Amino acid sequence: MKTFSIGGVHPEENKLSAGSPIREAQLPKQAVFSMFQHIGAPANPVVKKGDVVKVGTLLGEAGGFVSAPIYSSVSGKVNKVDVVLDASGLRRMAVVVDVEGDEWEEGIDRSTDLVKLADRPDLDSKTIVDKIKAAGIVGMGGATFPTHVKLCPPPGKVAECVIVNAVECEPYLTADHRLMLEHPDEILVGLQLVMKAVNVKKGYIGIERNKPDAIELMTEKAKQYPEIEVVPLKVKYPQGGEKQLIDAVIGRQVPAPPALPIDTGAIVQNVGTIFAIYQAVMKNKPLIDRIITVTGKSLSKPSNLLARLGTPFSQLIDECGGLPEDTGKIIGGGPMMGKALLSIDVPMTKGSSGLLIMKEDEAKRAEAEPCIRCAKCVGACPMGLEPYLLSKVSELRDWDAAEQDDITSCIECGSCQFTCPSHRPLLDYIRLGKSTVMGIIRARSAK
Amino acid sequence: MNPILLAIIALGAIGLIAALLLYFASRKFAVHEDERIGQVSAVLPQANCGGCGFPGCAGFAGACVKATDEKGSLEGLLCPVGGQPVMEQVAGILGMTVEASAPKVAVVRCNGSCENRPRLVSYDGAKSCMIEQMIGMGDTGCSYGCYGCGDCVASCQFGAIHINPETLLPEVDEEKCTACGACAKACPRQIIEIRLKGPKNRRMVVLCNNKDKGAIANKWCKASCIGCGKCVKVCDKFEAITLTKNLAYIDAEKCKLCRKCEEACPKGAIHSFNMPPRKPKAETPETPKAPQAPTTPNVEPVKAEQ
Repeated sequence: MKTFSIGGVHPEENKLSAGSPIREAQLPKQAVFSMFQHIGAPANPVVKKGDVVKVGTLLGEAGGFVSAPIYSSVSGKVNKVDVVLDASGLRRMAVVVDVEGDEWEEGIDRSTDLVKLADRPDLDSKTIVDKIKAAGIVGMGGATFPTHVKLCPPPGKVAECVIVNAVECEPYLTADHRLMLEHPDEILVGLQLVMKAVNVKKGYIGIERNKPDAIELMTEKAKQYPEIEVVPLKVKYPQGGEKQLIDAVIGRQVPAPPALPIDTGAIVQNVGTIFAIYQAVMKNKPLIDRIITVTGKSLSKPSNLLARLGTPFSQLIDECGGLPEDTGKIIGGGPMMGKALLSIDVPMTKGSSGLLIMKEDEAKRAEAEPCIRCAKCVGACPMGLEPYLLSKVSELRDWDAAEQDDITSCIECGSCQFTCPSHRPLLDYIRLGKSTVMGIIRARSAK
Repeated sequence: MNPILLAIIALGAIGLIAALLLYFASRKFAVHEDERIGQVSAVLPQANCGGCGFPGCAGFAGACVKATDEKGSLEGLLCPVGGQPVMEQVAGILGMTVEASAPKVAVVRCNGSCENRPRLVSYDGAKSCMIEQMIGMGDTGCSYGCYGCGDCVASCQFGAIHINPETLLPEVDEEKCTACGACAKACPRQIIEIRLKGPKNRRMVVLCNNKDKGAIANKWCKASCIGCGKCVKVCDKFEAITLTKNLAYIDAEKCKLCRKCEEACPKGAIHSFNMPPRKPKAETPETPKAPQAPTTPNVEPVKAEQ
């Protein structure tokens, strides 16, 4: 069984909502669309207070090449365009829409009929990429990198294969798992579209072995597409990391930065992104909703919800049985890489893959003790770094040493902190060091 | 020959040759350093804090000598730790004069104590303001206020700043503070300002850094500046107060310490330092209203509050 070559950990899986089918969340009363739903330049709002919008109306246009437009997921009236607290924990520019009814823009195909690639001979590589760009699709695994940028490799780099990231190695999250069980055909057509867009002949779908039903179904369905191969993978965190997945599926390792994953010839897309691409290209539907796992041990109904973007998290929690009394922490995303929320009244965004409600006793961080030099973090690091050292030099603000020890290679998966028997906040300091060193490198290259 | 004697002679000869080599080398390759650099360096505090803007005290001494030779003045050079006395000594060595420089002090421009600014969530990550800054807005609703994790305390070499356990805000010990500026650099939210100490250490400061609109600033902190502009109006005579981005700022050089702004501030965001207690007389707080254009478009929140 394939997996990536170095490091990795085995956190408890806790896939509580794996058996619960995707259900549609109710429309919110008020939807908030942050202009910062992706990596890169923020979107620029193009509506003003009082404007009437429909589902699929453009709210913010892309602020640059590495950026994505933002569409309304509801119909109603724009209440305000102002700074609002969002899931990042910052007050940032957003469009707030008061919801009235559910009217859709014309031209969006809402039927569930499968459109195959053979039905659309007019599609060529450029049209597909343009449609993806116009639909505002970003990486939906959580990193929210604009998808069209990934599909335009820099000059001199050639893509050889497309890998679909259906690993979902984060504990608790089951959104991708349910998506594969309920929309396998759409995913396969979506993969064909991406393969056509970047002009490659080989596609892989990487799935971890803890989802046997999904592996079976996808393998069965993929039989009619000889160019697509389903690759079952050994369960290990962080297999869903782009570099780890490339290593696991095609056995090539991405060189240290500034090299990109494309240097190995692979283009990796999350399975949620692939589904969004299918909808954008075949159904003309911009990215306005996504599947989000709302889960937690004390939550009465852990579920997978198909929710419109901009819906407040508080409403999603209510639909899953309400906020339990013993809640200690609420995390946007999974427990390993997610971020604790400052408030549950913030809206969900394109990158919201999960909402995890942790009990008070689980949520508390243990007191940090001195490092005992056991090197467990070194063994766990999937990038082959020395986390104890990187964390120490960052704490001492020795940025030169941090740069020399390849702090910029860190993927912030948190395996080091997870495995540390002294409960040291390793990743906290490494993140600080990484962002500072990246700033220093940027400043240097700008000179 | 006696081997002991032989060894002594051989070693002595090697020693002699090596000594001669070293002697000639030191003559040939001698680096002539301006001796004034050493002299200036000797009178500096040797804290190597970098507050002067040069790498350590030796760097500052070099800069002083260079400025003397090239510009003929020590203008713009100041050792914040040593202050005026040390600069006079430096000037004495270099045969220059220094203009009297006003002493400065670090001021923490946030009054968001636990009472004024309730904590909404609790942060349990690594204790560093920089790290908390990366995660988001912090544990209160104010996106400009103090995190209270003490990056400034860690940066101070003089033990002049500490976190008050009751307010969770940093406090500056004016006696110990040398105004080197390390804390101001360490603060990720630029809350700490190096300000003129003022006559008899008296000064007026807006203890707030919040640039949000008044309604938001008011919602999360009882002691925030809401940008109402009342202080600007009462200070029309001296024009020491300016309002930019919903935040009032008092120019220490123009401020005449009349304390009218302190009274005018509806939120008590303006504080006086080291002032004598007020006389109990009933002073009329009203000031002659000059026909001035409204200085701020942002007076609505105040109206709402009244």
